[in-house]
Amino acid sequence: MAQIKALVITGFGTNCEMEMAYACRQAGAAADIAHISEVLGGTYSIGDYHFLNLPGGFLDGDDLGSAQVESVRLKYARIRTTGRTIFEEIETFIERGMLILGVCNGFQALVKSGVLPGNPLGKRRVSLTFNDSAKFEDRWVHLKVNPASPCVFTRGIDLLPVPVRHGEGKFVCDCDETLSEISRENLIAVQYAGEDSGPTMEYPANPNGSVYAIAGICDRTGRIFGLMPHPEAYTHPTNHPSWTRMKNSVGKGEGLAIFENAVNFLKGIV
Amino acid sequence: MAVRVEVGLKEHLFDARGARIKRQILHAFPHLTPPERISCFDIYHVDEDMAQAPLEEAFCDPVIQDIAVGEVLRSVRGWYIEVGFKPGVTDNVGHSAQYALELITGSRIPVYSARGYLIQGDYAPDMIEAIASECLANLLIHTIRVFHFPEFRRIDPFIPRITGLHKPIVEELSLDMSDEELLRLSQTRTLALTVDEMKTIARYVKAPKTIKARASLGLSGKITDVELECLAQTWSEHCKHKIFNATISYEENGKTKKISSLFASYIRGATARIRKAQGHRDVCVSVFSDNAGVIRFNDEYNLVFKVETHNSPSALDPYGGALTGIVGVNRDPFGTGMGSKLIFNTDVFCFASPFFSAKLPPKILHPLRIFEGVREGVEHGGNKSGIPTVNGCIVFDERYLGKPLVYCGTAGIMPGEINGEPSHIKKIIPGDLIVMSGGRIGKDGIHGATFSSEELHEESPTSAVQIGDPITQKKLTDFLLVARDRGLYHAITDNGAGGLSSSVGEMATACGGCRIELDKPLLKYHGLRPWEVLLSEAQERMTLAVSPDRIEEFLALSGRMDVESTVIGTFTDSGFFHCTYEGRTVAYLSLDFLHNGLPPMRLRAIWSPPAGDGTVTPVPDDHGAKISEMLGRLNICSKEYVVRQYDHEVQGGSVVKPLVGETCDGPSDAAVIRPLLESDEGVVVSNGIIPRYSDLDAYHMAACALDEALRNYVCVGGNPDHWAFLDNFCWCDPVAGPRNPDGEYKLAQLVRANKALYDYALAYSCPMISGKDSMKNDYIGGDVKISIPPTILISVIGKMADAKKAVTMDIKQPGSFIFLLGITKNELGCSEYLASWGKKGFRLPAVDAKKALRRYRLIHEGINQGLILSAHDCSDGGLAVCLAEMAFAGGYGMDIDLGRVKAEKGMNDTEILYSESQSRIVIEVSPDKRKTFTKLMGRDAVCIGSTTGEPRLVIRAKSGHTLICQTLVDLKTAWKKTLDL
Repeated sequence: MAQIKALVITGFGTNCEMEMAYACRQAGAAADIAHISEVLGGTYSIGDYHFLNLPGGFLDGDDLGSAQVESVRLKYARIRTTGRTIFEEIETFIERGMLILGVCNGFQALVKSGVLPGNPLGKRRVSLTFNDSAKFEDRWVHLKVNPASPCVFTRGIDLLPVPVRHGEGKFVCDCDETLSEISRENLIAVQYAGEDSGPTMEYPANPNGSVYAIAGICDRTGRIFGLMPHPEAYTHPTNHPSWTRMKNSVGKGEGLAIFENAVNFLKGIV
Repeated sequence: MAVRVEVGLKEHLFDARGARIKRQILHAFPHLTPPERISCFDIYHVDEDMAQAPLEEAFCDPVIQDIAVGEVLRSVRGWYIEVGFKPGVTDNVGHSAQYALELITGSRIPVYSARGYLIQGDYAPDMIEAIASECLANLLIHTIRVFHFPEFRRIDPFIPRITGLHKPIVEELSLDMSDEELLRLSQTRTLALTVDEMKTIARYVKAPKTIKARASLGLSGKITDVELECLAQTWSEHCKHKIFNATISYEENGKTKKISSLFASYIRGATARIRKAQGHRDVCVSVFSDNAGVIRFNDEYNLVFKVETHNSPSALDPYGGALTGIVGVNRDPFGTGMGSKLIFNTDVFCFASPFFSAKLPPKILHPLRIFEGVREGVEHGGNKSGIPTVNGCIVFDERYLGKPLVYCGTAGIMPGEINGEPSHIKKIIPGDLIVMSGGRIGKDGIHGATFSSEELHEESPTSAVQIGDPITQKKLTDFLLVARDRGLYHAITDNGAGGLSSSVGEMATACGGCRIELDKPLLKYHGLRPWEVLLSEAQERMTLAVSPDRIEEFLALSGRMDVESTVIGTFTDSGFFHCTYEGRTVAYLSLDFLHNGLPPMRLRAIWSPPAGDGTVTPVPDDHGAKISEMLGRLNICSKEYVVRQYDHEVQGGSVVKPLVGETCDGPSDAAVIRPLLESDEGVVVSNGIIPRYSDLDAYHMAACALDEALRNYVCVGGNPDHWAFLDNFCWCDPVAGPRNPDGEYKLAQLVRANKALYDYALAYSCPMISGKDSMKNDYIGGDVKISIPPTILISVIGKMADAKKAVTMDIKQPGSFIFLLGITKNELGCSEYLASWGKKGFRLPAVDAKKALRRYRLIHEGINQGLILSAHDCSDGGLAVCLAEMAFAGGYGMDIDLGRVKAEKGMNDTEILYSESQSRIVIEVSPDKRKTFTKLMGRDAVCIGSTTGEPRLVIRAKSGHTLICQTLVDLKTAWKKTLDL
């Protein structure tokens, strides 16, 4: 069977690349971490991989709004060896049917460059803005998975505990039609939920006031997935904030399921 | 022509930032009629006219924002306040804006950022000015422009250009002057040198040997400003620790003892003895010789740890000061040995009450403003660097009004060997190139080292303020870790206090000299004098020694990773600290004189124990109400408001978080992380700090701070045979003088604190590996002098072999047994309980380290055997607070019998509840483990009650009647509401 190859992009303020790569490896992929400069310099080519990971962090310090500068960089900075932009590379990557996962700042980059919801590709239709609390917060939430979603990353998962760690995570749409569309097409893959009560608008279970409790969305193919919470932060049983209270602490971190789904899906097509 | 761009949220979206600022304004001005609405805008002043399209593309997210170019976005009736930066202040947003525009247009156009606030409401102009300067801006670094709509419809661009800079000249100064003139020169240049020190320099310059050496390079008999500034910086209290190295005559009970150096005798002395005694079990790798201490983690990796303070800058600009504090201390472990990967931050703050309501002395910011600014500075510095903030605390005392304390710590991990060489050793070879990597040099932070060596006064220099840029630093560390692993440099150190003068000056001692070309470093703007280039404390810079045959590869990698690196000179073996500017020598100082020429200080310390007050402990009418009141006190209450805003789990290795329990809001004792994701080995970190105790005796203050840190460490599962600690002293000026009449007493406190650390480090067999002191934490303004209480922060780092065995403090189940380990004595002196009555008491807790160490080792054994469900230490507020916290964190009740507590004879219920006797730990044990546990602990295991399914804390008096019966909800609410800002 072919080795699934994951690329984790870092640099310019990204900071979750190590655990993202670790999660990919735990799920069975080979993972490389590449600095954006090394992608732009031609050392790493997105085309050589099956699974593109955009981890969390503070690209360019969130200075003009989260991932705003990144969206400009993806569209304007050119790769030295090919003259193409990273956005163009991503377009080709998507056409090849490969997988993209954006977490937190990576999710922000995907929506601000119009890769998500991706209809049409490149058009911004949704965004992530300041939490209603206007605070950065680190807290664990429960994600309710939409079983009808085409998202390949969330298959077989019902409820997933994961941490959020952001100040700009409130999901908003440009208009009501967009919201109906992503809802109708089941692109809303995960929602903030109470532990036993389903999607919620109540703080702090919904930590930021996201419309429709949206925590993450996918594109129509289900192969591009972005979410604010951090599945890569739950790769070991001791990551869970209440693991010392669990009688039978699970053998591994539940966030790994997202990465295992990705790798298993790719094994079926590569 | 410049253009002003304004970006704001679309009107239908909730402006969360505006709402938060509204809350803050109403906090600061409680009687203000609330504004109808506050809207926030991001402003970009672009220093060139340009088309609208690229501005929209760069600055506006069309889904959520509107943009206006050359006009205002909303012209509703109200006050508009624009807050921009003063010329030369670091503007991170402006830099990113410039970068984004450059990506789109290909041309580099300067952009200056600002914030706009539209306040809708009818206010007098002076009220708006007050809101602007109290809540929105800090006039040290910001400019404010105020407009009233609709009178104004247009706001012109504002470009904070740097003007009026000097020509880069070098002054020559004659030191042939009277003592008064020498002192005045020292003061006017913020040199912080004494007359004796100035005279020592004058003698050096006049010596025939010096004259001859200097003449050969074209220097006259006068000293250059470059040399004088370099000496002042190197000899500053901040860099040279003159007080810790002074010769002290210590008097107590009429007896006098001579101490040649506190540091050598007590700090380094203790570690040397401990290491010798530990032999092959010694965990130390590198102590007191580098930017941070290094201990062993496992056979392959070492841990690096350092804590610093950034007090004076945080008093002036809380946000910038604290931000620089955290990104600054990051560079210490990063610049230790060959450089380490940073794995966690820890922060401890000391503030006056945020609810302070009296009149503020001149130039002092309100404590709430300091609290918020510092909190946010550390939030941005830590979160944006991708380093988890895993541990910390906040201490409140009115005496931190004059100077807040901002302790920032960072640990790193590095392979024991890199490219076959021990990683903790730097090796500089004459001929290696001096390379500066990272940010550029500006006037930021000039005189930081000397300024922090003085008390804060009304004329303190504003240039001492810097603002860090975590993203530039992240790029720098990303690059240098790659360079390290490729063997591209020989040595690395950081540029902190004293800038290049300090970093190159220290590195030069390794090879015996250096030559710096002061016209080579990249500058933020033109017009810096050579001495300013040498001393600037501009952030995000590392200095490296790179071999000439690797320089090309080094610079190429640097360029590829978007980091600026410049060769600025050469390491030599000339014996001299040599600087040139455009080919001409501007400084030529003997390295020996620079580093060893400073005459040791001679100081006198006199100890007379202060009298306490009252020997009777007040008994409350209602114990239930009292425990709630205690839980709500600033030093005890929940700090969740702050903790949540720090990312404590980035890097993926979080094991014990700062907030734990049923609903993740109980106060953790210490943090555990797994720095190597493939391994279950854990790093444990904890802290201890108890400045109140200095009011009776700094000896016990120091001992208790150490014990607190160690018992916190043990509670989560840290191994007492694999630990080490850092000592961070923050003192009020211990040098007696006309403005400091009780300096000899304060010095005696310092001596006693050192003695305690020596005694207890040995008793615990826990070595000190690094530390820091900040000795001038006083404020003088008008007739007011405020001195902090002598404060020591102890930061413990160590290991647990299996992080999966870690224990948290929350009660896990009903039906468990509750044990209290350690005797409770009538030690309420300076306790939080007596403080709640406005009293001091008389008897401080004394630490019995021998018994405590035995207990800690057995607890560790108990944790390894899985006998312990939860463990929590008794500290501020004693047993009562400890039990309440465990119960409400776990969501289970307790039934406790004070009659079963092992206590000193004659203690009443109140004293047993609130005594702060040290080394006591409360432990929850499941019924099926009780026997094994008591057998292991022996007579130390005293069962004082059990846990229940009832959500109530029930505490019974010695006489048997119910003293306290409070619901967990009430207790938790009392504990959480104080600091819910």
